[in-house]
Amino acid sequence: MQLSLLAIDWVLFLDKVILVAIILLLSLFVAMYETWAERKVAALMQDRRGPNRAGPGGILQPLADGLKLFMKEEVIPGTSNRFLFVLGPGLAMLTAMLTSAVVPWSSFFNIHGRHVDLQIADVNIGLLYIFGVVSMGVYGVMIGGWASNNKFSLLAAVRGASQIISYELAMGLSIIALLMITGSLSLRTIVEQQQHSGWYNIVWQPLGFLIFLVCAFAECNRTPFDLSEADSELNMGFHLEYSSMKLGFYLFSEYVNMFISSAVMATLYFGGYDIPFVNDASLAQHWGQNPVAIIQAVVFFAKIALFILFFMWVRWTVPRFRYDQLMRLGWKGLIPLAIFNMLITGFIVLWHANHWHLVK
Amino acid sequence: MQPLTSRGQAVDRRPMNVWERMYLPAIARGMSITFGHMFKKRPTVNYPEKQRPFSRVFRGLHVLNRDEEGRERCTACGLCALACPAEAITMEGAERAPGEEGLYREEKYAAKYEINMLRCIFCGLCEEACPKDAVYLSESIAPANFNRKGFIYGKEDLLIPDPKTEPEAYAKARGERVERGERAGNK
Repeated sequence: MQLSLLAIDWVLFLDKVILVAIILLLSLFVAMYETWAERKVAALMQDRRGPNRAGPGGILQPLADGLKLFMKEEVIPGTSNRFLFVLGPGLAMLTAMLTSAVVPWSSFFNIHGRHVDLQIADVNIGLLYIFGVVSMGVYGVMIGGWASNNKFSLLAAVRGASQIISYELAMGLSIIALLMITGSLSLRTIVEQQQHSGWYNIVWQPLGFLIFLVCAFAECNRTPFDLSEADSELNMGFHLEYSSMKLGFYLFSEYVNMFISSAVMATLYFGGYDIPFVNDASLAQHWGQNPVAIIQAVVFFAKIALFILFFMWVRWTVPRFRYDQLMRLGWKGLIPLAIFNMLITGFIVLWHANHWHLVK
Repeated sequence: MQPLTSRGQAVDRRPMNVWERMYLPAIARGMSITFGHMFKKRPTVNYPEKQRPFSRVFRGLHVLNRDEEGRERCTACGLCALACPAEAITMEGAERAPGEEGLYREEKYAAKYEINMLRCIFCGLCEEACPKDAVYLSESIAPANFNRKGFIYGKEDLLIPDPKTEPEAYAKARGERVERGERAGNK
């Protein structure tokens, strides 16, 4: 049905607004419980128990943490640049949330004959959009460090920013190899191709996946690449001067970034919302499209949860890299490796297009 | 110079081999160790629900003792205050009036007896110094408090309950402690 007032499809607008609200709240909720999971997983790996006093198993601990952050006193240093000081965390959170707009969360709902896509915007340059937004994430770090008017914060911010831009290059190069295979930048097309081909992209691109994984760790400022927030070296780095909710925003944006990176990795290399070992189309005919869409969303979240667990697992295993080791890995290790991956993939794709003959 | 033990090893300065230079096999091994720790038994004790047992000679809060008839043993001789390395004990003596024979054992008694828990190091030297077996350290832990005043324990806080009037409380406060005169077969 199409209500034509002002020639805009109001129902579509309403659909998208509701979807945006749900996904935003979901990202925040998942980021909140990621803090709980982080503390629990860290404790389990360190032979202790983690928070278990606030609610059964410590489930209400993130609420207590959030309440504490809200209640703290907002301190804005007098000598800082006030506008930029408040803008920094906002930018960090903005770029973290924007990337969730193109991730396909599930196939589609069929509500009263109306086809409702569970993806906010299926742009046909989805992957490029994600890279653009992630590049903007550097601003959050830099502005936070600069606006604090503090040499330590500035040093940490500069290190953090240089780390992020170095690893973006390797990430982009590894994606180009994937693009050669899929031929499309739209994330939904990539997932559908994995659904129909029966093999997930990790099988075709194991080296690419490895490079992308390492770069995702570096983008999220996550150990072993967390020298911009290294407590023992730089006194908390670029979020030294922040308190209360602005600090909360920085910390939260790191967790939202982790969540979205896991979602992107699951989409590109592990089939996204596809239920493994099951033919989704025939399942949809037996059970109806809506239940299957819900199951697909649950499967997607399970994949994301496994990736997040992996992020935390690596955090408590690997020691932090020194700045020069990190830069050497990024420029002299990963970029040549990504280019090599591209060459191999290109060679195989052309060979395949030539029907497996080396000459005409 | 001669090495002191035979366990010294020369530092391994060989260059990394191909497996080590890739870092990934070593990281994978480390990750399997961390993963294994998730399934091991945790040594954490859920404190208020479960408590680890203390030994019988645990030195906790002080208790001022009475004898079997309920008379206070302390005579304010000052040996515990002298022995205390942290100078935590202070006292004031007083003379026993004629009608108070049931309250105090000898003619001199402690009218004010204060121990400052913030200074006390729970060493037990006061217990060893007392000739009358009047002060000893029991099993309870000194509880926390918000101001300094709450940590200065006076005579009322330290005195054991009277065995004549409150026998159960007295028995509970005595715990398993053995009288000094009864130890080593000296009845």
